[in-house]
Amino acid sequence: MDLSRLGFATAALPAGVPARRCPVNATGLLSSCRVAWEQGAHLVALWGSDDRDRERGFTLHVVVHGGDGLVLFELTLPTADSTYPDLGVVFPAANRMQRATYDLLGIASEGDDQRPWVWQASWPIDQFPLRRDFEALPKWQPGQEEYAFVRVEGDGVHEIPVGPVHAGIIEPGHFRFQIVGEKVLRLEERLGFVHKGIEKRFEAMAAVTGHRLAGRVSGDSTVAYAWAYAQALEAITDVPVPPRALWLRALALERERIANHLGDLGYLGNDGGFAFGLVQFSRLKELVLRTNSALFGHRLAMDYVAPGGVMHDLAPGSATTIRDECDMLEREVRVLRDIYDEHDGLQDRFRGCGIVTPALAAQLGLTGLAGRASGQARDARCDFAARPYDTLGARKVTAEGGDVVARVAVRFDEIMESLRLVRAIVDALPDGEIATVLPEPPPFRKSLGYVEGWRGPILVALECGPGGTIRRCHPHDPSWTNWPVLEHAVIGNIVPDFPLINKSFNLSYSGQDL
Amino acid sequence: MLHILRQIAKTGIKTEAPPSPDLDMAVAARLQKDIVKTLGRALTIRQVDAGSCNGCELEIHALGNPYYNIEGLGIKFVASPRHADLLLVTGPVSKHMAIALQRTYDATPDPKLVVAVGDCGCSGGIFGESYASLGRVANVIPVDVEIPGCPPTPTALLQGILAAISAHAPAKGTEGATDEP
Repeated sequence: MDLSRLGFATAALPAGVPARRCPVNATGLLSSCRVAWEQGAHLVALWGSDDRDRERGFTLHVVVHGGDGLVLFELTLPTADSTYPDLGVVFPAANRMQRATYDLLGIASEGDDQRPWVWQASWPIDQFPLRRDFEALPKWQPGQEEYAFVRVEGDGVHEIPVGPVHAGIIEPGHFRFQIVGEKVLRLEERLGFVHKGIEKRFEAMAAVTGHRLAGRVSGDSTVAYAWAYAQALEAITDVPVPPRALWLRALALERERIANHLGDLGYLGNDGGFAFGLVQFSRLKELVLRTNSALFGHRLAMDYVAPGGVMHDLAPGSATTIRDECDMLEREVRVLRDIYDEHDGLQDRFRGCGIVTPALAAQLGLTGLAGRASGQARDARCDFAARPYDTLGARKVTAEGGDVVARVAVRFDEIMESLRLVRAIVDALPDGEIATVLPEPPPFRKSLGYVEGWRGPILVALECGPGGTIRRCHPHDPSWTNWPVLEHAVIGNIVPDFPLINKSFNLSYSGQDL
Repeated sequence: MLHILRQIAKTGIKTEAPPSPDLDMAVAARLQKDIVKTLGRALTIRQVDAGSCNGCELEIHALGNPYYNIEGLGIKFVASPRHADLLLVTGPVSKHMAIALQRTYDATPDPKLVVAVGDCGCSGGIFGESYASLGRVANVIPVDVEIPGCPPTPTALLQGILAAISAHAPAKGTEGATDEP
């Protein structure tokens, strides 16, 4: 990405992938984002930090994914009263991130939509948890706010409120449908119910233990988060990680992708009225998790990736176990894919359901798996190819349809590609150490970790404080960007298709609520 | 259709024997035999995510797979608390979910059981108590059984759920034996 014509200097930024930082002023931020957008860049994350203790006011951070790496724009806001331009006019996904940044830090954008996003009346509206002088008082009780949903009016229009407690085993969130008959005119999401103060919690932790919290931002992506966190800390300390550890991390990450895709394919079948699919895929997923338990000491490989490496090596004979399992999975998934493809009832539910056209996907910045199913060919494993993906050469899977069929197809194809990668990892696993000890991280140095999880790219931004503490850590889930697109995907569909469309995106609540 | 039947036949029955109840998970004196007698072994569960990272939900989902086959034990997840005998609650309880959790508890008919799931549900876990988190489930509603683990394995979940409905469940600090065979 070429930012030279804007006249802002960029500098290298420690990160797990190619990255630069670019300090800008307020008007420069907006024009930089415009230039980035014109060159095909997409918004990855936006967050703020309180740097008043270092006489630097507040800092707004914006990360975009350009063709040749990540760019971190930094804007200093001298006081809490200073505002910054609404980036939603360039990147629509910025809207909720800006509102959340206000709720948590008290710095506001100049956007029209100033409704709270994370705040739900459980702390005073003039108190901002991520400020360094914030103190929670025990007298603050859980509250409820009246959220200003946008209403549709007219003959026969009515409203269906759903949640936060849903009818299945799902995370909590509120959906407000405006419908006529069975047709959805509008869906508006209200999230934030599982906000549990993760970013503030980081600041009470030692940097070398932060991966444990990162691995619990969204449990289904624990490997991706822990790896992204480890990448960030390793970049700050500038210590190379043993090759074997990186390959083992990739093994865990690809197995996480396989397990989640298998689970989703089962539930997509089930939501399409085909319980056979759920039984079969949940069986295969269980086998993968059981093997994980033997390989990584945990069914989800939680806490397997740690700063400096991984926690333990493979037991003897693991390579054979893994290869045999890959063969079995490939065979079984092929049979099931044929069954799905040939099942008229299922295809009738999947086809044309919840369409996000490539043009809309590009406009809204749809990312990750759902993005690739709408022609958005971005995959951090391929675009930036951090080790070991530079050697492994992951193939990018895309589809153009943008409907449930496409999101199902991308999952099937990605399972096959991940099985190929798992075999390649086992075949060429380097010998050597599995971990190295990191020195105390230097304070006030920012870094990024960026890992393509099964749902999409996971970003972890880290800045350490003196004595190996965490000064600020912002973990960022692709769900931030994709949740608003789901609102578009359901327009014109019927209410009973919502669970199917929702499942085909399978976004994280915890990952965006933090 | 033939493909489907062939796959079903080839897969066979994978269901494993259920584990024994782990009575150490019972924490409350509310686990009395009259509750258990009323509910019997056929049980309906309403799962409530009160703030979890969704790791516990993954393992609760796994209870439905053919290996654990929880429905084969007469235990079913239901869509409404009004149909439920037992609330299976993951935590930590976020402040934003506290009212919804309390309302779900109130909507569940008596007699009812509450099982707190995961290290966070049992103790607040890594998230603890903060401006945004109320910590353990027992800080918000009464809890009968606690299933630790991060996340607990499906086997541990079954052990805890079975402990909650076991007619032999001793309440801590009371006589454990019952007149059930």
